[in-house]
Amino acid sequence: MAEVIVITSGKGGVGKTTTTANIGTGLALLGKKVVLVDTDIGLRNLDVVMGLENRIVYDIVDVVEEKCRLKQALIKDKRYTGLSLLPAAQTRDKNSVNEEQMQKLCENLKKEFDYVIIDCPAGIEQGFKNAIAGADRALVVTTPEVSAVRDADRIIGLLEANEMKSTDLVINRLRPDMVKTGDMMNVDDIIDILAVSLIGVVPDDQDIIISTNRGEPVVAGNSTRSGQAYRNIALRLTGEDVPIMDMDEAKGFFGKIKKLFSKN
Amino acid sequence: MSLKDLFSIFSKNKQSSKDIAKERLQLVLVHDRATTNTDLLEDLRAEILQVISKYMDIAVEELDIQITKTESDDGENMVPALVANIPIKSMKNTR
Repeated sequence: MAEVIVITSGKGGVGKTTTTANIGTGLALLGKKVVLVDTDIGLRNLDVVMGLENRIVYDIVDVVEEKCRLKQALIKDKRYTGLSLLPAAQTRDKNSVNEEQMQKLCENLKKEFDYVIIDCPAGIEQGFKNAIAGADRALVVTTPEVSAVRDADRIIGLLEANEMKSTDLVINRLRPDMVKTGDMMNVDDIIDILAVSLIGVVPDDQDIIISTNRGEPVVAGNSTRSGQAYRNIALRLTGEDVPIMDMDEAKGFFGKIKKLFSKN
Repeated sequence: MSLKDLFSIFSKNKQSSKDIAKERLQLVLVHDRATTNTDLLEDLRAEILQVISKYMDIAVEELDIQITKTESDDGENMVPALVANIPIKSMKNTR
């Protein structure tokens, strides 16, 4: 049974697009058929984050306006078997698509894919309403900052009001060093405030910037902490019980040695 | 022990910034949740009216219910508060 998952946050810049790219790629690496849908019409970015920007011919607005067939607009990612992208339109606005059209689009995509991952625009206006219209479950992305957590709370309230069946939280850009010194809210603090179930914690990681520079999702590499965190989220989405990883675990061989000495 | 740890011993009374963040968030969210959910305040108003009307006649039009902030008992923090201003016209005969 196919599932439509919307990645949302309210606040901009917390990592919705990066989360969409990595969770989607992670699911494809698990052998699932996945389509990533960019609903940020006018400000599309999922294409560049995925490194597929040069392959766009048609977009989501062309599909809903029936200027092309759905299959023509889907970009197959040649690097990861089973992964496709439906890009947003760049020269239109959020009102070019309505909620019914999104529901219909999701139904059609569900026939072809195991997972439909929707990248939601920031805000709570039409773009948000479109993005959640056809979704079966929602992942709310936040960072450990007051502004992002506040907006996440608002989004969770709106998802409830719209009768979203299931909502889980992704805490992004956690810095274990700052949590240790009491200068960043920890996972328990955030869960305590938002009263929502947690599906993953992604550490702040410069490898995200490097991988985005290259247009290769970090989840596809083997050695990064953030990549591991995204792989775990993908596994949890498939129903596997994976514990939240220990953020304090020192990174790499030298990190472990350093930790060994600093403990005493 | 690093210099930072040493420093933190001397400033033990100082609240960590994440605790300040958490407190501020909890306060603002009480307000956000109450004001963005218009049904909640309306329902609350209707039910308060219902209960109070059993015991006294009140000026329904002047009933004012707000979610606001007030100083805590120890005067150290702000805490959320529900403030209801309900003018009474007369008591009902409940003897």
